[in-house]
Parts: sequence; C-alpha cells; structure tokens
Amino acid sequence: MVKRVRVRSLMPPGHVRAPAYLRGKTGVIERSLGAFGNPEQLAYGLPAEKKPLFRVRFTMAELWGDQAERPADTLDAEIYGHWLEEVPDHAP
Amino acid sequence: MPHDHHDHDHDHDHDHHHHGLSPSGHPYRQDDDAPLTYWQRMEIAVRELLIEKGVTTAAEIAGQIDLMDSRSPANGAAVVARAWTDPAFKSRLLDNAGDASREMGFDIGPLHLIAVENTADTHNLIVCTLCSCYPRNLLGLPPDWYKTRAYRSRAVREPRAVLTEFGLDLPDSTTIRVHDSTADMRYIVLPARPAGTEDLTEAELAELVTRDCMIGTGLPRTPQTGATAG
Repeated sequence: MVKRVRVRSLMPPGHVRAPAYLRGKTGVIERSLGAFGNPEQLAYGLPAEKKPLFRVRFTMAELWGDQAERPADTLDAEIYGHWLEEVPDHAP
Repeated sequence: MPHDHHDHDHDHDHDHHHHGLSPSGHPYRQDDDAPLTYWQRMEIAVRELLIEKGVTTAAEIAGQIDLMDSRSPANGAAVVARAWTDPAFKSRLLDNAGDASREMGFDIGPLHLIAVENTADTHNLIVCTLCSCYPRNLLGLPPDWYKTRAYRSRAVREPRAVLTEFGLDLPDSTTIRVHDSTADMRYIVLPARPAGTEDLTEAELAELVTRDCMIGTGLPRTPQTGATAG
C-alpha cells in the first residue's frame, strides 16, 4: 500500500536536513532506509537518537506547480521520520 | 590573439612580452597568495592539535589523502560494467549497492550506496541541494560544478534544462527522477548498457562508463563505430 506523507512545515533554527523547498509538500514513501543518528544532534556533537529515515518521492507538479517542466517527473529525497506526518488516503 | 595597445613607443623589432602575458600571448595565472580563510585556519589548528595530542599522526592523515586520491570514477565504471554482464550481480547492486561494491573489493568504508537504474523510459539524476554529498568513497572527489549553487538549485527545479546544457536532450516520453542526497545515502546511476556492445568484454564495457553518466548528467560512450582491425 502506498503511504502518503507530508513534510512538516516547520522552520526551526539550527542544523536540519529537511530541505526548505520540501517542507509542507506531500509525497509517497519510496522505501524505508532504517534508523540513523539524528543529524540535528550529531551536528552539535550531542549524543544522537536513532531516527527512522525514509526516501520520499514527490512529483515535480507537487513541488513546482505550473512551473514544473514536466509534472510527472519526480524528486526523491531522504527525510527523517520526525519530519513526516501521515496524510490519510482518500475515502475508501 | 588580439592586442591593441599603441600607447607605448618602445622598439617593436624584437619579440616583446605584453605586460602580464606569457610569450605565447596567454595571461599568466595569478599566484595563489590569498590569505587563509577562517575555516582554513580552523582546519589547520584542529589538525595540529589532534597530532600534538596523539589522536592521529601526520602519516595517517597523508595516508587518508592518498586513499581518497586513489579513488576515481574507474571504480564505479567497473561496478557498472559488472552489472551489465552479470544479472545476479546487478540484482545485488540494486538491492544494496554498498555491499555489491565491497564484494568487488572496493574499500568504501561505511558508505551507504543506492544504485538507481536508467531504463528505456526512466532517467536518473543525482544532486545534493544541501551541500555536496557524493559517493566519494567509490568515485573519488566530485567535479567542481557538482558543488555549485547553480547546479544544486537548478537540478531539482529544471532538470531538463540542466541536462540540455550538458548536451542531453531527453524525449518527453522519458520520466526524469531526480535524487536529492539529503541525509545518509549516496547515489550512483546505473546507466543503460549501450546498444551494439554485445561482443565487448567487461573491461571494454567499463571504458564506456563516464563519471557524468554515473551522476546522470551524461550517457555512456558508444563503442567506436567502424570495423576494428584484426
């Protein structure tokens, strides 16, 4: 089953690895990558919790709207689980 | 090379050197005399402290630099050529490209590598918008353009325009998949094997694999056309 997720629309200070251009955008989980140390702590030499990491696939239409060169082209990025919120599927 | 200054009156009967130009008429490159940046000073200070405190040695650092310099796109080319000739290896590569590269004997350290496959209707392109993430432990250092703001910002926004500038015009029927290396994974494109290469050996196939085709900004070379002698 395709799992739809939205990147949280947060703008916290400090080192984060969720690119700003993807925040608030909805995509699907392309694959799970396992758990990795949270870069938001690693960047400051702090003990880092392991956080689940996912590859999320977005359509260019979702990212750039009418400006997309070809709407069905895609962009995949690695996003940590704590940056993702589930998007309920449409009515069954 | 054009030169148009007539504002001096010295003897032109002998070969004279224009100011700042070599005898062949090319500008001399400036000496690299710029002062150290803040971060260069920081790197030197931390490196010297680590050596002073016995955490590492100058020889270890030189050894790591040599190891990185010994890595080159030829490593990736060997991996690609193996995938083109060995279907079982290809499936292991697409499953876990890091382990498949280690299996071939490449010392890639803890690199987490994902191979993305170009097919008849899919083309993959790799970028790191946040910095310059690149599978250095397999391919060596990235090209300078890979780290530019222009490539990093445009590859995700207008990949087709970028590819056109690299000389790659993909038909509208081809889906482009851009991969932004935002975290712990690194990426290598597994290009499609060129037509007309059925008779080539694995080593000959590796010769066709360029650095750019493993980033996705190029395609593999096509074999030399025309009859090969003997």
